[in-house]
Amino acid sequence: MSELVTMPMAKALNAGLRAALAADEKVLLMGEDIGPLGGVFRITEGLQAEFGPRRVQDTPLAESGIVGTAIGLAMRGYRPVCEIQFDGFIYPAFDQIVSQLAKQTNRHGGAVSMPVVIRVPYGGHIGAVEHHQESPEAYFAHTAGLRVVSPSTPNDAYWMIQEAIQSNDPVLFFEPKSRYWPKGEVNLSESQLGLHQSRIAREGTDVTLIGHGAMVSTLLQAAEVAAGEGISIEVVDLRSISPIDYAPLLDSARKTGRVVVAQEAPENASVGSEIAATLAEKAFYSLEAPVLRVSGFDTPFPAAKLEGLYLPDADRVLDAVDRALAY
Amino acid sequence: MTLHIDSAEEPVRFLSPDGTFAPTPAAEPFLARLDALSDADHERFYRDMVSVRAFDREATNLQRQGEMALFPPSEGQEGAQVGSAHAARPQDHIFPSYREHVVGMIRGVDPVGILSLMRGVTLGGWDPTDPKNGNFHLYTLVLGSQTLHATGYAMGQLFDGASGTGNVETDEATMVYFGDGSTSEGDVSEALVFAASHQTPQVFFLQNNQWAISVPVSVQSRTPLYKRGAGFGLPSVQIDGNDVLASYAVTSQFLDEARTGQGPRFIEALTYRMGAHTTSDDPTKYRTDQERAEWGTRDPIIRFEAYLRARGAAESLFTSAAEDARDLCADVRTRTLALEAPDKNTIFDHVYTDEHPRMQEQSDWLNRYEESMTEEAR
Repeated sequence: MSELVTMPMAKALNAGLRAALAADEKVLLMGEDIGPLGGVFRITEGLQAEFGPRRVQDTPLAESGIVGTAIGLAMRGYRPVCEIQFDGFIYPAFDQIVSQLAKQTNRHGGAVSMPVVIRVPYGGHIGAVEHHQESPEAYFAHTAGLRVVSPSTPNDAYWMIQEAIQSNDPVLFFEPKSRYWPKGEVNLSESQLGLHQSRIAREGTDVTLIGHGAMVSTLLQAAEVAAGEGISIEVVDLRSISPIDYAPLLDSARKTGRVVVAQEAPENASVGSEIAATLAEKAFYSLEAPVLRVSGFDTPFPAAKLEGLYLPDADRVLDAVDRALAY
Repeated sequence: MTLHIDSAEEPVRFLSPDGTFAPTPAAEPFLARLDALSDADHERFYRDMVSVRAFDREATNLQRQGEMALFPPSEGQEGAQVGSAHAARPQDHIFPSYREHVVGMIRGVDPVGILSLMRGVTLGGWDPTDPKNGNFHLYTLVLGSQTLHATGYAMGQLFDGASGTGNVETDEATMVYFGDGSTSEGDVSEALVFAASHQTPQVFFLQNNQWAISVPVSVQSRTPLYKRGAGFGLPSVQIDGNDVLASYAVTSQFLDEARTGQGPRFIEALTYRMGAHTTSDDPTKYRTDQERAEWGTRDPIIRFEAYLRARGAAESLFTSAAEDARDLCADVRTRTLALEAPDKNTIFDHVYTDEHPRMQEQSDWLNRYEESMTEEAR
């Protein structure tokens, strides 16, 4: 029998981390302010009190140091889970992530694994200052050796964080911070999908909408509005950004013939661009319209008062749906 | 003389450049460490320095003959490297930069493994998890990055309770090598911060060879670099890196202090890169013959040879060391020339530990593409 509990994503992540810490003593949490404070988003609340300061460590304030030492700890047999406090603070660790963490296993000819998870609260909708609302996932999806995922629901957050920790490869775990607090049902008994599987979040027949993280709730909202207008929309939650689970995307594209990919990130060289190119290559004869992208602009994330213009909302998604249907 | 030091005190030194045993005041606290050295140890130090210098010249020749993409010679730094390498205990872990060829050899790494990296047939060259390689980790080419890996590793030793029991025979420590240029990298500072914060069982071994490719150390720092370590709260010492005994004694003591729970330590070894940064470099564009010649008078091998002769070493030591070095080079040359490019599909191996769909897809594609080209050629 499945045990269903309703909780917000923040609590689901907390529960998932607790389960991972309890299951394997080699799991360590490292990050800035994750101890007594429980992290600036309280994701690790109570974990240091439960597992002690060695297993849940407040690190010095140095992102490259956090990831670089996590690499050494992984060489020693640990499974570090690093918290980067905000999306825009990950760049000081960029070299350690893309040149070191991502490439260690390859450089070692497989003799060394890098089971390191890097948790990154990301994305907009929270009205924050510069560097606190970005979507940098494409940088990491571009790097061989890394895996990149992003849950959109509390249930996925609960299971995907545990699966990411069990992965023997480095995983960039992007947490949609605007979705930390809405509640959802979590099945504590069993995971329904693998870490790198995409999910049909809503079935439909006319247009396919594809997104990840916080965008999924916007897409579901758009689908609901469209349904009122007699348009049947299918929503696919990517869940995994690298690798991308293309089979369900291709099936859906072949079924509807019209696809819109939406993301908070800037459009140029983005995850959405990659998906659009792949669907065009592999489902060309099934498509009735070009794959359209709805993205943030190719600008810095603007001042918070303008974020509503920058971030794609249901209206911008529906505008693209109309354009797709017009072909 | 461009020593770039403004320290009031002479560095730790036992052997004067002419080979006279004349400890500086700073060397006194480390004198007892030399008691552990037998005649055989002394001979081994000498043989290792002679071997790696010959290896260095052989590897440079191989590169000049088009057999390797690149080679970073270590000539001039043999004293710092051989002394510190022999100071480490078998249970220790060593994180090199990319010029510590003799350290790897002393730990058990096949020098051809090092050259396989330089020849472009591998990105690694040896397996640090294989006990025969003496816990000598892979070279790291992004400067300073390895200092954080070493610190993380030492944190793991600490968390495992593998250090700090007080038993020097079993307690583990980590030593990381880096250079004067690397000290400007943020990662080195972050590594010192984390090491101090956790009180890791770790020694930071800085080889100040005076030049970061073409840039003198005065551009990196206006303070003697060992004071950097002190600034982070690490006991820090400056040594004459061209005195193999100073390198051995200080490293041995610092590693034992670190392993027994006294926290991380920092050594700045003053030395000189006699050759080029790598075979792609041209030192005549940025430094003078006079400077090189002056450092030549402090050569670590000449100095140690004079000391050994004064101690009464047999002439056969010196002739056999030279012969052994020649044999090593002949063997290295033969086996390096035999290194072939790996199979094409190894590109896709070990990119991930767990299964990954892209690797299989792209590997299959490459095979089909190659086959189609062969068919067209027919």
